Amino acid sequence: MTVILGQLFTGVSIGAVLLLIALGLALTFGQMNVINMAHGEFIMAGAYTTYVLQQTITDAGLSLLVALPIAFAVAGAMGVLLEWALIRRLYTRPLDTLLVTWGVSLMLQQLARDVFGAPNVQTAAPDILTESTSLGADLSIANSRLFILGLVVLAVAALTAALKFTPLGRRIRAVVQNRDLAAVSGIPTGRVDRLTFFIGSGLAGVAGVALTLLGPIGPTMGTNIIIDAFLVVVVGGIGQLKGSVIVAFVLGMLQAMVEYLTTLSVAKVIVFIAIVAFLQWRPQGLFTLRTRSLA
Amino acid sequence: MSPRVRAWLGFGLGAVVLFAAAPALLTDFRLSLLAKYLCFAIVAVGIGLAWGRGGLLTLGQGVFFGLGGYAMAMHLKLADAGEGDMPDFMQLYGQLDELPAWWAPFANPVFALAATVLLPMLVAFGLGSLVFRRRVRGAYFAILSQALAAAMVILLIGQQGTTGGTNGLTDIEGFFGYDLDDPVNQRMVYFIIAGVLLALLALTRQLMHSRYGELLVAVRDSEERVRFLGYNPANVKLVAYVVAAGMAGLAGALFVPAVGIISPALIGIVPSIEFVIGVAVGGRAALLGPVLGAVAVAWAKTALSERFPGTWTYLQGAMFVLVVAFLPGGLASLWGLVKRRREAAVPPAPPAEQPVLVKEAAA
Repeated sequence: MTVILGQLFTGVSIGAVLLLIALGLALTFGQMNVINMAHGEFIMAGAYTTYVLQQTITDAGLSLLVALPIAFAVAGAMGVLLEWALIRRLYTRPLDTLLVTWGVSLMLQQLARDVFGAPNVQTAAPDILTESTSLGADLSIANSRLFILGLVVLAVAALTAALKFTPLGRRIRAVVQNRDLAAVSGIPTGRVDRLTFFIGSGLAGVAGVALTLLGPIGPTMGTNIIIDAFLVVVVGGIGQLKGSVIVAFVLGMLQAMVEYLTTLSVAKVIVFIAIVAFLQWRPQGLFTLRTRSLA
Repeated sequence: MSPRVRAWLGFGLGAVVLFAAAPALLTDFRLSLLAKYLCFAIVAVGIGLAWGRGGLLTLGQGVFFGLGGYAMAMHLKLADAGEGDMPDFMQLYGQLDELPAWWAPFANPVFALAATVLLPMLVAFGLGSLVFRRRVRGAYFAILSQALAAAMVILLIGQQGTTGGTNGLTDIEGFFGYDLDDPVNQRMVYFIIAGVLLALLALTRQLMHSRYGELLVAVRDSEERVRFLGYNPANVKLVAYVVAAGMAGLAGALFVPAVGIISPALIGIVPSIEFVIGVAVGGRAALLGPVLGAVAVAWAKTALSERFPGTWTYLQGAMFVLVVAFLPGGLASLWGLVKRRREAAVPPAPPAEQPVLVKEAAA
């Protein structure tokens, strides 16, 4: 029982990290249909922001809290710059966007290598996050994992509320559902795109801050996690958040369970096969916006 | 000049360059580098077909390259070890008492050679038929193909005892009885690779000029319309994907004797996407564009990355951004652009031809 509970929580915490990374993508890829391969490098930017801040603010807890909004702004600004410089010219060519942003991600990785050096760096976590909370007999949970879970819940809640209740959220949804109709209704779609991209990229920065609690910071940290995050959005379905939320946790659980029964490498392959099998059943993902288009 | 004559002339010119000029002018070292680049070019021909003509952006060609490469390397390792003995790395890691069952058939050269092509095609057929039939397309397909590459690398690294892990399969000494340390045999490997490349180019040209080739372009440009005409786009795409996978597998198999190693670092996400760069730079929809692009990019990488590793990465990224964003037809389309501009300058201009840009169906 304890083992199952332990694995269950491992799954939840894998899912939480996955969701935090995928949340920004759910916005840029899920809502705007832009495949931004540089998203992983925005995560890296968030992580390095934490590192830089910790050089000036030595108190680990304070620097972590300060890093959250600043990383959001830094990554968001990078996102806006990318959208303005390249992506907006490529909205009709999604596959080319993928390749172009991959080129950008290569350059950003090299930039990080030049500025911060090729070896990984590490930040210190505040004491309270390095401890574990004990839950009953021999089950304990790392506080950093709880912190990330809390952060994810907060981010999802804030994003959902923003999309649902604010004027900007209403405009974003309008542009997603029918770009032309939104434009003729007087919504400045270009500006809405840029703001959406700002928020989505900013969330990548927040994810980067969270990832500093789990491991080292390096120039290529974004490359590997980004594919899992894309898969979450693909399986979750385009155009809404709830699919990504559910899928992130389900994939996290699946990964944890299979990994417990076999090995990490086998688990990755089985999760991939499960995803392809799932897409047989629902090729558009778990939830989709109903449209009358053929595609 | 009719297109047929031009094709034969081009083919002859290619043969002269690859079989006469290059071996005569290049040192053994340069020639072995060229052999490596030509392997990448073979992969690029397949990507050109699948992506340039079919619109299938496959970011996981490394998987097929790797399957072919590992199949070949497994056979060569077994042949090096000799009858009934295990390859050196298995003895080194010491976890195994005997050869794993799935290694055994690769001792047979016919099986191994067939596997280098058929295994990748089988995997591509499996994934492709599942994915295309359900109309998973565009970016979704690209991401899935990339995830396949990620999963494959993790699997290879995880199973170190039987796959060599991160190191891969190294120190390959013989190639069907020929000693690979001998420059003459290296030259032979080069000639085999050049011959395979030319043969595959001829095959691809036939495919592109056939009814099937027309259909493939039609599926790329308007899948729904093709469906309404009564064809099944899934099958059309599947053929292109499987053929491209077979080419990548063959390239991987030839890469092993040419370079002497196959490892996860050569087939993962990054090398897979690097295959695509060459194709994009050369011109994705042209026949020769991918070949020249792949060779040029691989050559530039060797020339620049040793002396200026950082600069090369910037350049690679910038090249990708500029070519894909502003010259989607690649360098192969430059000639056409220049010609059109010159024609446009002469009044009265005939109605300009539609630019042959690669259109993508919105995902």
